[in-house]
Amino acid sequence: MTDTQQGGAGMDFDLSQFYQIFFEEAAENLDQMEQMLLGLDFGAVNDEELNGIFRCAHSIKGGSATFGFSDVAELTHHMESLLDRLRRHELQLIPEMVDVLLESADASRSLLARHQAGGQGEAPSTRELVLHISELAAGGGGAAPAAPAPAPVPAPAPVPAPAPAAPEAAASAALPAGQRALEIHIGPLEQPAVADAIKELFRDIPGLGSIADLPDERPGMRRFAVTTSSSDEDLLDLFVFHVAKEQVAIVPAASSAAPVAPGQADAPDQASHAAGHEAGHEEAGPVALQGSYGFFPGAPGAPANAQAAAAAAAAAAVPGAPAPAAQQPAARRPAAEGRAGGAAASSMESTTIRVAVSKVDQLINLVGELVITQAMLAQNSRGLDSNLHQQLLAGLADLDRNTRDLQESVMSIRMIPMSTVFSRFPRMLRDLAGKLGKKVDFVTQGEATELDKSLVEKITDPLTHLVRNSCDHGIEMPAERLAAGKRESGTLTLAASHQGGSIVIEVRDDGKGLSREKILRKARERGMDAPDTLSDGEVWNLILAPGFSTAEVVTDVSGRGVGMDVVKKNIAALNGSIEIDSAEGYGMRVSVRLPLTLAIMDGMSLGVGDEVYILPLSSVVESFQIDPQQVNTVAQGSQLVKVREEYMPVVSLERIFQVPRPQSATSNNIMVVVEADGSRVAVLVDELLGQHQVVVKNLETNYRKVPNVSGATILGDGTVALILDTAALVRRARH
Amino acid sequence: MNTGMNAAQDTAGRADASAGAREYLTFRLGQEEYGIDILKVQEIRGYETPTRISGAPSFIKGVTNLRGTIVPIVDLRLRLGCAQAEYNSFTVVIVLNLRERVVGIVVDSVSDVLELLPAQMRPAPDVDSSIDPQCIRGLGAVGERMLILLDIERLMAGLDMGLVAESA
Repeated sequence: MTDTQQGGAGMDFDLSQFYQIFFEEAAENLDQMEQMLLGLDFGAVNDEELNGIFRCAHSIKGGSATFGFSDVAELTHHMESLLDRLRRHELQLIPEMVDVLLESADASRSLLARHQAGGQGEAPSTRELVLHISELAAGGGGAAPAAPAPAPVPAPAPVPAPAPAAPEAAASAALPAGQRALEIHIGPLEQPAVADAIKELFRDIPGLGSIADLPDERPGMRRFAVTTSSSDEDLLDLFVFHVAKEQVAIVPAASSAAPVAPGQADAPDQASHAAGHEAGHEEAGPVALQGSYGFFPGAPGAPANAQAAAAAAAAAAVPGAPAPAAQQPAARRPAAEGRAGGAAASSMESTTIRVAVSKVDQLINLVGELVITQAMLAQNSRGLDSNLHQQLLAGLADLDRNTRDLQESVMSIRMIPMSTVFSRFPRMLRDLAGKLGKKVDFVTQGEATELDKSLVEKITDPLTHLVRNSCDHGIEMPAERLAAGKRESGTLTLAASHQGGSIVIEVRDDGKGLSREKILRKARERGMDAPDTLSDGEVWNLILAPGFSTAEVVTDVSGRGVGMDVVKKNIAALNGSIEIDSAEGYGMRVSVRLPLTLAIMDGMSLGVGDEVYILPLSSVVESFQIDPQQVNTVAQGSQLVKVREEYMPVVSLERIFQVPRPQSATSNNIMVVVEADGSRVAVLVDELLGQHQVVVKNLETNYRKVPNVSGATILGDGTVALILDTAALVRRARH
Repeated sequence: MNTGMNAAQDTAGRADASAGAREYLTFRLGQEEYGIDILKVQEIRGYETPTRISGAPSFIKGVTNLRGTIVPIVDLRLRLGCAQAEYNSFTVVIVLNLRERVVGIVVDSVSDVLELLPAQMRPAPDVDSSIDPQCIRGLGAVGERMLILLDIERLMAGLDMGLVAESA
């Protein structure tokens, strides 16, 4: 199957150029489907949601069939069958179905990943999944799953499949071969104009057929006479964008001798039955009539069903093969495209474009240069006489404003909403809660808050850790919660918000919270300095210390110890900070504060000799002037400074960076206390020059790594200043 | 008409002879004249005091801002042991675009751009010099002038230049 489809597609047209787009779209569809599946409420299933999920599965199926990925097409086809029965209310939604659909989505994802990688390696087997879906799909009632929707592969002309039931086609002898006359009833409609859209469909899609109005007395109902070669199902698929399937009834035109339909020819076994036995036709007659009134929209209607039946029989003959594509009319392609887009997706496509990240980075770089040039101009023009150069200065002021606006807009291109991160958690929590036997409600807030793409990727792991910790150690077992007088299911909240120049992401739970006593006890056991006088906040911060991250601590201290030091480190690497708040018995909150982007950082500029260095503001604790008496020297000349009863190592930038200094210059006497990895050191500098936002540049692009330096930036005067690596400075002082 | 003819002949002649010909940017370091492949040259700028980087070899003057890109500046005169290396308003920086990085080199002056035919090139003599002999492509003879043709990419990629980390 795969071979023939691929061969057929490749002969006149190279489809591989569209692979990437398909993979991206399929991934989006899978994500969307997963989200919607998780959002389903078993009590009151929303038709709109089911339709949405169905559309996703359908788009993936259509695409993968077009590109010849038959394994994906098959799996999604089965998912679609189950979903179709669900949305037609033939089956009751049960959690097992959601499970199997989620699993199938995962399987589709890995199958697609394999195709994307060039089809290397063994394809994971989907047989059990398919079996499981089929069972579930068959489980609801007597009726069999819907007819396999034919794969949307364009074929030159409607080719009637040779089948035992073929004579049926002769019934519409008055029409050209393959054409049939139908009456289509639509309604009741609130807006009759919707029906006109269907007329437009016939006008827009070449080869679909002709349509004419028929009078209809009933209010809100429309009647059309249609001549077409498309199957009923294709027509319904086309109409579904304008009217619900339930509102469409397709009946053979009164004038033509209505042939007997083989009823529910859709089920493969029944199809072969219908195709093979005369008795099948007779029995199926009344059912077909019903079906044509919309009770079974998936059932093929009158004359064309000879083809459909034959097709279904053929499908049955090849177990597990995707629907045959042979009898698809050319009109099928636009229909498939229309559906692949889906109502929501198509409107999304028209308002966004995909751009390579490198192009955006380039744009951001260019704007960065512009900002620096602008700053230079502003600096140089400061001394000008405002009377003599009025126009020039006004122009410069405009340039200033425009530059800032431009910078903001360009930066915003790279911003993506937090929902892309949040969306992965419902699934993870569902699995995790199921495994732990807990009940967890997941709430997200501020999903629209935007964050730089590079940061989004890097924050996902630490957040995953925090969410998992909350679920694992914070939220109690249902029985425990009930005993404590709480609701049976815990609530885990993930919230993002803007606060000034940074973004704050909170992970909150209403679990058991942290125990002050236990943490203090544990800290002392580990030989940490933990007097009872510590404030709550200081106690909570203890769990961020490296010593706390062992498994046994988890159980003793209600968790939170697992790798929290790693989380803290990762967040610090993003120039962010972490804060813990907790009340025993009521839950806890971890707030992560991040800069809006990695490319721009708040920095403090320091003067040492004639040189300028930048310290990330996020690591600065305080700064103060010292007396030489406050500095003590230890063996080998290491210096310590006493800050409020605490001795801190002194890091002299002048010495580390061998800053040349004229003999006459006064010695430096300003200390900046910086914190990194939980330790503090005092950095000795000459002067504090100011705080400003700096554009972070990589030194290693053209040069190599420089010790104690994390990058460089360009100052307002166009010169380069090095950004200090606080973690390295602290490490250096400790060893 | 005459000039038209000449021009036509010129181009024809160049097309014939230019098989294997390459253009070199020539510059002076002290008394010596060097040539580097013109295709490696991005631009030529005046010298601005770069930001010093501690721990770097003395011939790496530091890093400078080239329209938003941080570019290391190597003083080729110090690297090749010239007697003096003065910085004044005439000091020239040649910005090179090597395979993956942009590097600026400081030279005394830039002379011109010359086209050298294979016939004008001599193999490099085996002399003791401060640079790896593999970094010298050969000698170019242009009239009375002798050019030292550098494989600048190789020279800059050398570990002793300190432009790349040793582990890399």
